[in-house]
Parts: sequence; C-alpha cells; structure tokens
Amino acid sequence: MSKTTTEMALDLDAKRLSVVEPGTRVDVQGDLSDEARVEKAMTNFVKDFGRVTATYMEACIHCGACAHACPFYEASGNPRHTPIWKLEPFKQAYKREAGPLAFFYKAFNLKKNVTLDELKEWQELLYDTCTMCGRCTLICPMSIDIATLVGMARHGMFHAGLVPHELYTVTEKAQREGSPLGATPQVFEDRVEWMGDEHEVDMHMNEDQADVLVLMSSIEIQKYPESMAATAKILNQMGKSWTFRTDGYEATNFGMLSGNTGWQKEMSMKVIGTAEKIGAKLVILPECGHAYQALRWQGANMYGKSLPFKIQHISEFLADAVDSGSIKLKPVNKSVAFHDPCQVSRRGGATQAPRKVLEALGVELIESKSGGSMNTCCGGGGGVITIHRADTLRYKVMGAKFRQLDETGAEMMVTSCSNCRQNFDDSSEKLNWDKQMNSLLELVADNLVEEAEK
Amino acid sequence: MTLLDFARGPAMQVAIFIFVLGIVWRLVGVWALRQKKDLSEARQKGAWIGGIKGLFAHAWPYKPFVPKVGAQYIVGYVIHLGLFIVLFFGTPHMLFFADIVNFTWWTLPGGVITFVALITTVALFIALAKRLVDPVQRLISNFDDYATWFVTTLPFLTGLATTANLWPHYETGLAIHLLSVWLLLIYFPFGKLMHSFWFVVSRYTTGSRFARRGGMA
Repeated sequence: MSKTTTEMALDLDAKRLSVVEPGTRVDVQGDLSDEARVEKAMTNFVKDFGRVTATYMEACIHCGACAHACPFYEASGNPRHTPIWKLEPFKQAYKREAGPLAFFYKAFNLKKNVTLDELKEWQELLYDTCTMCGRCTLICPMSIDIATLVGMARHGMFHAGLVPHELYTVTEKAQREGSPLGATPQVFEDRVEWMGDEHEVDMHMNEDQADVLVLMSSIEIQKYPESMAATAKILNQMGKSWTFRTDGYEATNFGMLSGNTGWQKEMSMKVIGTAEKIGAKLVILPECGHAYQALRWQGANMYGKSLPFKIQHISEFLADAVDSGSIKLKPVNKSVAFHDPCQVSRRGGATQAPRKVLEALGVELIESKSGGSMNTCCGGGGGVITIHRADTLRYKVMGAKFRQLDETGAEMMVTSCSNCRQNFDDSSEKLNWDKQMNSLLELVADNLVEEAEK
Repeated sequence: MTLLDFARGPAMQVAIFIFVLGIVWRLVGVWALRQKKDLSEARQKGAWIGGIKGLFAHAWPYKPFVPKVGAQYIVGYVIHLGLFIVLFFGTPHMLFFADIVNFTWWTLPGGVITFVALITTVALFIALAKRLVDPVQRLISNFDDYATWFVTTLPFLTGLATTANLWPHYETGLAIHLLSVWLLLIYFPFGKLMHSFWFVVSRYTTGSRFARRGGMA
C-alpha cells in the first residue's frame, strides 16, 4: 500500500510504470483512523443524496446492460468493470442511510455498513476504470446517469483520503500552484510570450478590461502551446477585445475530477472572479472536455447564482465565427474522422459545433461507427490518464478506439480536447498507431484566410 | 374460515394496504428529498420535452447497442406484456377487478391467456437463467433480484396450475394462487418491482437534464 504525501515530488518525465493487476495497489492519504475514513466517506456520500440521486439509486433493476456500453468493460471483459457495480458502496450507503426504507434496512441490518476494505477495493473502480463519459446512460433502460453518480461517489472517497496517488498529487499541486502540471502564472506568461514571438502574433496579457477572457488548460500550456498562438491569431483576426490573465487562466479543474468540491469551487471561482473583474462578456474554454463540464455546466452552481457572462467551448466559438462570417477558412480537401470529447458532445451538448467548423474547412467528414453523441470514450478522461497503474487497461480501451477510427479510412484525425489528444499521442506511441490526432483549433488557425488575403 | 375465505378476505386487505402505503411511502420518501436548482444557463428551453422524449428513447436500445442487449429487451418485453395481458384480459382477473370498479371489459379467450401465461413463464425462467449464468448479472445481483423473480413467477405457476386443475383440491389451489398474488403485492414496495414507477421518473429526469444542455441521454 502506498501513501501519498504532499512532499513527494511529481516527476512527469519519469518512465511510466504500470502493473497488470491494478487492484493490487491501494493509495491512501492522511493519517485518519480506519473508522474516521469510513465515517468521512459516509458523511460525504450522504451529502449528495438529493432527489435526483435517490431516483437513480431506486431505479436500477440490475440488468447489467450498462456493461456493454462501457469502454473499460468492453476492453477487459471483467464484470467488476460494470458501471453500476462501480457504485456499489455508494448505493449501499444510500439504502442504509438515506433511502425511504433506510430505517428498515438499518433496524434489521439488511444493508451492512460500508467497510474500509470495500472502499479501498472500489478505489480502482471509481477512479481507474471510469472516465465519467456517460455512455452507460445511453444503454440503460432506466436512463440512469451513472457518470454523475461516480463523480459524487468520488467526493466521499476524496474526504476519506482514498484517491489514487498520481491523481491526488496533481490535484494538490493544482490547488497549491494554480496548475496541475506546473504551469504557474509565471510559466504561463513566459510561454504566452514565447508563442507570441514564435508565431508573430499579438498576445494580450493581463488587460484590465476585455470582452473576452480566454482560458487555457495546463496540457496546452505545457504540451501543445501552439493552441495559445492559434487562439490569439483567430481572435485578433476577428478584432475581438480579449485577454489572457495570469490570475485566471487555468481551465482544468482537478478538484472536480478527484472529488474535492471545496477545491473545485475555489478553482472555478478564480476564473469567475477574474472574468467579473475585467468585465468579460464571454469566457472561452480551450480544447478541454472536463473544463467545459466544470465551468459551463457546474460553474454557476459553484458560484451560487447565474454567471454574468457567457461560456463557450472553443469549438462553439469557432462555429459561431464561421456561421457569422467573422472568419473565412481555406479548404483543407482531406477526409477527416472526428473524435468527440464526451464531456463536450454527449454530456455537453456541443456535438454539432465542430461539425460546422469542419464543414467550413471543406473536409469530407467520415463519421466513425458509433460517432457523434454516441461516441466511444478514448479512456483518458476523468483523471484516468494521470493514474499510472491504469495504463494497461487505458491502452486496451484506446486500442478499440484506434480500430474504430481506422475503419473510417479517413486521412486525418481531429479532436477538440487536448486531454484526448494527449491520450492519443501517448497511446499511439505505445501501440504503434500510424496516425496522429490533430487539434480542430490549430487546423482552423492554420487555414485562416487572413485580412490581406481576403 | 377456509383458506379461500382468508385469501379473499383479511389477506387481500392486508396485502392491498401494504401495497398502497408502501408505494406512497417510497415515492414520497424520495420526492421529499431536497434538490438544488441547476443554475447553469440552459442551452435550450423546453427541457420537459426532452424528458418526455426520454421516456420513449429508452424503450428500445439505440442502434449500436441492439446486438448486445436487444435479446434481453425482448425477453423483458415478453415478461411485461405477458403480465399485463394475463392480469387485465384474463376473464377471472377481469371479473375480480370488476367487483371493485363496478364495470366489465373485453377479455381474451382462456386458451389464449394460458398460452400467454406459459410464454411469460418461460421468459421468466430465461431471465433467471441469464442472471445465474451471465457473469455481469450474477455479480451485480442481490437478494432483491431473486426475491423479485420468485414473487413474480409464483402467481404464474399457481395460476397455470389452477387453470389446468392440477391442485388436489380446487378451492385450496385457488386460495394458494390468490395468496401468491398478495405476496407479490406485499413485496412490491420493498424491492425493485417499484421500477414500475421509477422508470418514468428516472427517464424523465435524465431526459430533461440533458435536454437543457442539448446533450444526449
């Protein structure tokens, strides 16, 4: 059993080691007693039992259909990876502590107390084998939103100190430094300047007032910095009043992914506060799936009232720009397969936006089998990509994804999520995939008809 | 008091009392829970339309899932439709309800009802076999799954035995059939038979939640 401490350095350049049996290692944080861990988990489980959660808990008929929509079950064939089974302790807690028959279950001990061993066993199921992609909801005859329930179950796990080591460490780092991957405000500023010079594009940094606040994810800042130049190029071309801000730039929200609602709120509030301060009318989220979920759909709930500005994923912004004629694009003349980020398309509702942009790029879009909102997850979201012991299964999940994309026969692969893209890059190296995943944003920037050309 | 008198009298009253009270208790118990309002800006209005669509969208699996779970859905439909047909269109059942509601309705011939009951019973055994053999279903099953199967199948078996006159004593057999139905009613509010109500609430909830986002559920 490993122990997470905040003193342990996170070496992202180290060789990634994975183990065949992910269940053999359980990570714990803090020095809580066994009883206190269970108590914390139960208290935080119970906090989430509202009407919607309860409805879902009551509705399950144990048909097991959800397994057949889950990329992790499909890849492993392990019944433990059945989505609804991943919620077993959470369900047990509901039945015993909060459901309408709780007194009955408790009085006759028909539902036993959740034990620490069970919580430890479920760490792998709640974190390593679920990206909260929500495909299981599509197949469920009761339409249970299992992904949301997994997110809630993670709250209890976090407070019990039962988060996978790597995910905990990046979350703690994000909380402490403002970025999970070391993209501190200074690093961000430096890299924005570098990209501005490199691509000869005007960067707007720390403007006091601006109509548009642009966020970036750490993955883009550190691994795909061209995204910053691409965004700037497009916004400049459109003549927008926009800015990056060092006091609110990080779009990722590891508080949400790991299960710490308090940190989730702090991370969201940093951006919300900055947008309010500069009088932004629009916040543009970068190519990041979970960032869209965190701010677009959960931001106002964290804030406690409606947000005084609009939020758009970059693909939505680009679709509007194309629609309104604000930008013109050169034809790409290639066939393209598009990988939909689950949190933006199926769970976010922006499935058509990238398709509009691709249409404007003049590509021949070849939809993959089970594409669009039915898209199969790449297996890297929900924090899974950070967890080293989850690598083996993640690669298997990606193997299926590769096959699905290969079947399209498309010349070019495109997505609008840098986390998915990172997963594709990492997995293609591991699995010798002969294609590359491209960014929709960068494709647009590279094919922008500039003022002089119009 | 004979066993039939008991089944037609106090047993029925107790069963119906528990059935009704239990259902109300469980529904109210969930609906009384707090629910925070979603403050995010909806992508589109009319979330309730999505809720209604959700009721029907999940009545049959989406195309990519049909090869995987289509057969399971068919077995489910046979059980549910069979239960409905036998319960409301079997003449003795209709007459039983007619006593309560004071009107009668069209019924199916006895032979058809027996055939439907037989098919339904076979489907119930197929469902049980799958639950016992399929690794996923076996793992996720608990006492409630098997108890639900038992209390649902028993009225079919006792009903078929009554129709075929297989009981040594007809009236006792009929009483046993009635008691098996009361057992179903008594168990109903405590287990997953409540999905008769929850499927509407759950499908509507997800349908409307994702409709306001413009997403798919």
